[in-house]
Formats: sequence, structure tokens, C-alpha cells
Amino acid sequence: MAEIRVDPDKCTGCGLCVQACPYGVIELVEGLPRIGEGCTLCRSCIEACPEGALSIVEAKREVDLSAYKGVMVYAEYRRGKVHPVSYELLGKGRELADELGEPLYAVIIGDGCRRWAEELIYRGAERVYVYDDLWLEPFRVDPYTAILVDLVGELKPNIFLFGATSIGRSLAPRVAARLRIGLTADCTGLDIDPETRLLRQTRPAFGGNVMATIISPYTRPQMATVRYKVMPEAERDTSRRGEIIERNVNPSSLPDRVRVLEFEPVEEEVTLVEADVIVSGGMGLGSPEGFKLLEELAKLLGGAVGASRPTVDEGWIDYSHQVGLSGRTVRPKVYLACGISGAVQHLAGMRGSEVIIAINTDLKAPIFDFATLGVVADLYEVIPRLIEKIKERRGR
Amino acid sequence: MEQGLNIIVCIKQVPETVEVEIDPETGRLMREKYPGILNPFDEHAVEEALRLKERYGGYVKVLTMGPPMAEKALRDAIAMGCDEAWLATDRAFAGADTLATSYTLSLCIKRMKPYDLIICGLKTTDGDTGQVGPELAEHLGIPHICYVSQILEVSQGRIKVRRRLDDGVETLEAPLPVLITVTKEINRPRLPTLKGKLRARRAEIKTITSSDLGGDPSLFGLEGSPTRVIRVFHPEPPKGGEILEGDPDTLAERILEKLEECGVI
Repeated sequence: MAEIRVDPDKCTGCGLCVQACPYGVIELVEGLPRIGEGCTLCRSCIEACPEGALSIVEAKREVDLSAYKGVMVYAEYRRGKVHPVSYELLGKGRELADELGEPLYAVIIGDGCRRWAEELIYRGAERVYVYDDLWLEPFRVDPYTAILVDLVGELKPNIFLFGATSIGRSLAPRVAARLRIGLTADCTGLDIDPETRLLRQTRPAFGGNVMATIISPYTRPQMATVRYKVMPEAERDTSRRGEIIERNVNPSSLPDRVRVLEFEPVEEEVTLVEADVIVSGGMGLGSPEGFKLLEELAKLLGGAVGASRPTVDEGWIDYSHQVGLSGRTVRPKVYLACGISGAVQHLAGMRGSEVIIAINTDLKAPIFDFATLGVVADLYEVIPRLIEKIKERRGR
Repeated sequence: MEQGLNIIVCIKQVPETVEVEIDPETGRLMREKYPGILNPFDEHAVEEALRLKERYGGYVKVLTMGPPMAEKALRDAIAMGCDEAWLATDRAFAGADTLATSYTLSLCIKRMKPYDLIICGLKTTDGDTGQVGPELAEHLGIPHICYVSQILEVSQGRIKVRRRLDDGVETLEAPLPVLITVTKEINRPRLPTLKGKLRARRAEIKTITSSDLGGDPSLFGLEGSPTRVIRVFHPEPPKGGEILEGDPDTLAERILEKLEECGVI
């Protein structure tokens, strides 16, 4: 059984591990930590040790994974369109495939999806597997899982990527559990370890304060869901050529237990994520009315209104506007943060913005540490003037 | 429902605060101490189970896997009104990722039969993956529905729910037994009553260890986990730029220039 081992040569008996243990099961005995019952191998002590004296020891495992080659991307197709996260996955997938010297595949499922196959090739896929059938509309986890598990069995990809969308987060774990393989949720970084050739999957952990890098050394494919709007989209190159493999679907052979009775689309939620300009408000607005001013500015700039979590918790604005770890991740051209102090959780959702402009009265607000342009002022004095100036400029 | 619904709620104890401090001297991670609390998302799962019991009759069992101290989260669920609590605890379960956790829970649930409905919170505030629910359903061979925001009806062995996706709201129907994960908007969790708290204090917690489970013990804990955490680090903050103070008109002018520079005006 795996356990925490203490290296007595490295340990100085400082006791930081004792403090770090969230379960309180470590005590110092004759100057060395002893790990008692109740250890969950959570690694808190390992991270806390300044000497690197603690490690997890476990039995070595040998598995032959050499049959697995290629990077596969699940191109999410819904209501006649490919979800843009798919192009982000193809961009990253291309990079990983080139690094490994392996091919890049895409798989797309749904009624009418065939006509998107060329687009996936233009975005970097060398081979596209198409399951185009009226019966596959709308998305259902059961048949989609069966199709993907079959394809993995046949193709044996080394890496398999999904968007961390509501669909991907429901489908990927089902596929992973059926294949009994590892799955890393909500990754914001993917790269190949140059020595081991393993996929390093990096994601926010513990509320976004820290990042964790995770590997899947024993199972294939190495599978991850990837957060939308964190990675750049693949360049579109219409000179690229690839193979399109159309597959027949036999509904009677596929499980299908959950029925979709109705769907009511909500459009405005997408605009926040896709907007080029986001005007975002925090508690510094002072009251819900402040969002009206931000709305006016956003409208003028053709952008969307974002919000920090406390304003949503206060009920000033709907959750669909929330930017941050527990809300949406955005990467607009310009993120205008008004009265937002800039907690790490908020930062996690907008740090990918090209330009961050912050308006805040408090010079010490953390937002100023990462704003491209920081403006120390009362937003109610600056924004109305900015609105006037934009109107003037347009009027000319 | 004639005999009512047998519901199992899967919960987790999580650290009370997810704030993590980096020790300024060593640059190492200092996590806040427990006391652990019931994962806030799971409070909604417990609440929904209790509401279904009130509506259709039935019995609500609550299950967690964790160290012995996770018992406290189970007692919190009992205090809210759950009927029975199960704790899967064993050193062999330690270090489990979502696959090993869901596999272990599935074996526990097979011992806790019968069940019509399994309810999980959308995700936990510490792991934040949302994967255990769907993976558990797969191990049990039952369907799952994520992101449930409203249960419309349970009748004649079927459940009808609404769920919130990125692009809209779906109404779905599934046969029982089924596993659902619920969002925070589904309900407002009740506070435990004094009577509930007293009952929780006295309640018997049923304990499950690895030897009770059968199954393949090499699939438990770290050994049964295909993923490994190799590094935990503090993200590099983006670099700050220019900071301006002055009269509002000049500042507005500078913002305007910046917006023009970015090509958004």
C-alpha cells in the first residue's frame, strides 16, 4: 500500500508538516514526523516541507503502452455548429502531436456534422471521424459514450481531449470510467514532458490559488477536459489536406436511456464568453444601479457586462455574468475592471485578456498588480466622461 | 410512488476555507486547518433528497468516503434530516483520484441497496472536478444526468428533470435508478433543527472498510488511481503596467486612447 515516507537525512524536524496536515495525523516523535491513521495522501505535508524530505512511495508498475499513438480531439457539435473550444483543442492538439511526432485526429458526432469535417482539417486535423446521423440529435450521453469508447478501442490514441463545457464535463468522465483510465478536469495548460514523453496536465486547484500538474502514467489515452477560452484557436489554413472517414450509425446497437423532451436556448450567456470587450463591475460599484452605467459603456463598445462573484452573491446581477473561477473564463481583447479589487478567484477567470484596464479608488487593490493600465480614481467620475468622449469621437 | 423513493446522497467533507497561503519564507504551500465542513454543493444534494422524501415518501441514506473525521459531515447531513449514514474509511482508500473514488463508492452503494436515485452535488469546492458523479454512474451501470436545476416529477419508475447547459435549459426523462448531480440553484438548503442536531449526535454511523467490499482492492486508493499529482505551484501573476492618477477628464482620455489602440472603438 502506498504511504508517505520520511527521509531522516533530509528532515530537520522543523514540524511544518505537522502544521500543514489538514487531518492532524502527523506528530513529531524523536524529532521525526510520524504519520498516523487517517492519512489521505493529500500531499499537504509534502508541499509544506522545505527540505523535500517527504514523498509518497508506492509499488512500481510496468505497463506496455506503446500501441497508443496519436492525439484525438472531440469536436463538440451542437445545434448545427462546432463549439469554438474544439478549435482551441485542435490548436493545442497540433502542437502536442508535432512534439510527439504523432498524428492528430478529430471526431465529430451529430446530425449534419459531416459538413464541418473540412473545417476541422483546415484547423489541423489529419483525419476526421464523422458520425453523421439524424438519430444522434440532440446530444445524449449514452450513445455518444458508446461511439467514443468504440473508436478509442479501434484507434488507440495516446491523448484524448475534450472541451470542459457542460457537454464535455458530462461525457468525458463517462468515457474515462468505462475505459478505466485517468481524466484530468478543467485543464488550463497542456504540454509534453521532454524526458518521459508524458502529457503534463495543469489545472487550478484549491480555489485557483495554486496550480497542480497531473500525469496519467499507467493508462491510455491520457485524457483531459480543457477550459474554454484559455488556449488560442488553431489558425485556419485552407491548404491543409486530410482524410475524412464517415461512419455508419446503427441506433439499435447503441444504448439510449435518457430522453431529451425539450430544449430552451439561452443566448446571452455565450456573448460574455465571446465578447471582444468586457466591462466588468465589482463591489466598488456600491450598488446594483452601478451596472446600468457599465451596461451603457459596454453597449457603446459592442461588448458585454461581466461581474465579480461578490456582486452576484449580493444579487446585484445574474450569475450568467460572473467572471472567475466559479463563473466564466473570458479572454477578450479588452477587460475593463471597474471597482473590482482583483481576488485570485477573479483573476483566474480573466487573466488571459489581452489588455486589462482597471479603475479603482484603492491604489493597494491587487488588480493594479496585473492591470495593463491602472487608473486610480472614482469610476463614477471617470466612466461618464469616457462615455461622453466615445460619443464625441463617434460623432465626428 | 407506492413505497416511496430510496435515495442515496453522496457527500464529501471539504476544508472550511479554500484559501491557501504560500509561506513567504519557504515559498511552500500552507493549507488552512480543518474543521472540515459538508461540501456546500452537497448541501443542495441533501436538501433535494429530503424534499423528494417529503413529496413521495421514502428513505434517505448518505454516504461518504474519507478519513474517520469525515464522520462529522455525515452527522451534519443527519441533522438536516437524512435517515442513515455510511462512512467508507480505510487506509487502502487513501490517495484516490476520481476513478478510484467512484469505483469504491460504487461497491459501497451495491451494499446499500436498494436505491432508486443517487444524488451528488455538482462538484466539490476542493477537488473541483465534477467527475465522481458520472464516473460512479458508469461503474454502477446506470444513466446519469449532470447539472440538474429542477426535479419536475418522479412517477412510474421514471424521473423528469430540467438541467442547465452552457447554451440553454434541457428537459430530460430517465428511467430509475439514475444518478443526478444538482446545481446550487435547485433549492435553498434548510438549517438543521435542534431535534435534528440531537438525533445526529446519537446516530449510528455504519462503517465500511476495504475488506467489507469485495471487488478488486488494487483498484482502491492511490494504487487504483491512474492519475498522479507531480507538482503544485503558485501561478505567476500577469505583470502590471502603467498606473495613473490625476483628474478624471485626463484619465478618461487615456482610457479612450488605450481603447483606440486596441482597435475596439
